[in-house]
Amino acid sequence: MEFLRNMPFFCIILSMVSAVIISIMSDKAARVFSLIVIGAVGIMSSLTLIYVVSIGESYTYYMGHFPAPWGNEIRVGILEAMTATLFSIVMFASVLGGMKRVFIDVAPKKRNFYYIMVDLLLAALLAMIYTNDLFTGYVFIEIMTISACALIMIKDNGHCLVAAAKYMIMSLIGSGLILLGLSMLYDLTGHLLMSNIKEAIELNEASGLYQLPLTVTVGVLCVGIAIKSALFPFHSWLPDAYGYSTATSSALLSSLISKGYIFLLIKIMYRVIGMDVIRETRIGNVFFVFGVVGMIMGSVRAIAQTDVRQMIAYSSVAQIGYIYMGMGLGTELGMLAAIFHIFAHSSAKSMMFISADGLSYVSDDSKEFDDLGGSAIKNPIAGITFTVGACSMIGIPMLAGFIAKVCFADAAINASTIKLVIVMLALAFSTLLNAVYFMRAIISVYRPIKEEDQMKIYPRNPKFIVACLIFIGLNIYLGTNAQPILDLILEGIGMFA
Amino acid sequence: MFKELITNLFTNYYETAAVIIFGIGFTTLLLNKNLIKKIIGFNLMDNAVYLFLAAKGYVAGRKAPIVVNNVMDVNAYINPIPAGLVLTGIVVSVSVTAIMLALTVKLYRRYHTLDIDEIAIISRKGGI
Repeated sequence: MEFLRNMPFFCIILSMVSAVIISIMSDKAARVFSLIVIGAVGIMSSLTLIYVVSIGESYTYYMGHFPAPWGNEIRVGILEAMTATLFSIVMFASVLGGMKRVFIDVAPKKRNFYYIMVDLLLAALLAMIYTNDLFTGYVFIEIMTISACALIMIKDNGHCLVAAAKYMIMSLIGSGLILLGLSMLYDLTGHLLMSNIKEAIELNEASGLYQLPLTVTVGVLCVGIAIKSALFPFHSWLPDAYGYSTATSSALLSSLISKGYIFLLIKIMYRVIGMDVIRETRIGNVFFVFGVVGMIMGSVRAIAQTDVRQMIAYSSVAQIGYIYMGMGLGTELGMLAAIFHIFAHSSAKSMMFISADGLSYVSDDSKEFDDLGGSAIKNPIAGITFTVGACSMIGIPMLAGFIAKVCFADAAINASTIKLVIVMLALAFSTLLNAVYFMRAIISVYRPIKEEDQMKIYPRNPKFIVACLIFIGLNIYLGTNAQPILDLILEGIGMFA
Repeated sequence: MFKELITNLFTNYYETAAVIIFGIGFTTLLLNKNLIKKIIGFNLMDNAVYLFLAAKGYVAGRKAPIVVNNVMDVNAYINPIPAGLVLTGIVVSVSVTAIMLALTVKLYRRYHTLDIDEIAIISRKGGI
């Protein structure tokens, strides 16, 4: 069992090394190899989860057995291991389901580059989840930005290049602010390790020193991460990046990359600044307001779209709003709801992007609702997957989205009265809007097809079917088996403090 | 209060300059339409943070932490971590600048302009 302590380190190093090795592989070998690596990371992460649950406490792992100031540290708790496991499952299914589309969209000579970027992204995600050192976190934020930008621009058309440029500009602003925030935090505390910073901040707090600079630092860090994870007023880059890039890239961007940043933010709130100081700075109220506005505005914009991918992209803006709203409630239950929504949204949104691609595959590669009529009948598995994803996002019972919404409502009851009223109204209104645009989408893909179209036969794609089944299974599992997962998340939050 | 503020700003003039340069870079990156100028703005912004870190890491009268003449006193040397952070940060910003320049070259070859607004309008109208 002791050997299992090394697993998180193996995950990170395996995905980084494989990214290097893939550069000399052929296209087909790269595809298979990268799937094997993602699968292996998934298995190792679940072993880590089992180990951490069995020992019942978090542990710190020293890279190369050098203690803190000389070596680098990673820290493993239940929440980290759970997130890593879920992210690798979602990534596996997204890469598998969109493989054919990558083959079509990417130029032959560049196809193995795509899988380099996927593996690099996995390494950056894992390192951001596990790291105990803020500056390591910053370096991997930049690696993630670069690989995300490459994933968008690898489909070589005008829309994707413009989307990549917009993404890159907003991302650079975000990471510049994060870097400034980190430097100021280092300046205030003299440490870069998360636990040491927290001790120093507690000392400062007790002596009443540096209150104002600390508030500014928290603000700068939070705004930087909010820009990178596309919280409402900073979402201008999002629709193009999600709407035009190849299906796997959209799935990875919406379900993993933005969630990775939010996970880092939660970690900073708990492990670096400390929740008491965060509550004093009232940054939670800012998150709450922008989250609620984002929930409504994202859904309103989604209704206006005629393109299925753009609609799902605007829906992501609304869902990110939900997560920030939960974080802004400022209670443990609110954070629990936000973390569960991270899981629910990353399993449902990637599923919708992959299945929407399957639907447009049988509709002459069009993404407009007018052309998608009947596509769910031509490609039944994509239709079912799309419907399950949409139902999960609306919040139909038995699916993950429902549990998340119940958790938000439950958390709101335990918050202050004004927040309770706002959350309930926003939840009701936003669910209504979700139902409007998702139902319209489902109805239009199930329109009866014309007779001359019935003759056309599309070849089945076994990889796509397997990916769809994984996604459906994951959503139903999260929706029907939520209580143990919620308990584990609560235990994980306890380990953060 | 006001006098104290001004005195503090002038005593820590490196940090003041760093934050001003950060602001210039930030607004250039956000508001300028020209892609090349945006990249320049980004580099200004990052370099301002490095100036901030380097200024924080320097203590007057102390030396770089390399032991010469067997001086083992800790107070004779500065802390090397800020310098290490600056070096790491430079590597990161060089690679990001490289990918941004590559993207700019691709956009320029396709649209024959560096104005990001114009490029967005052309691509939205279904130009290419």
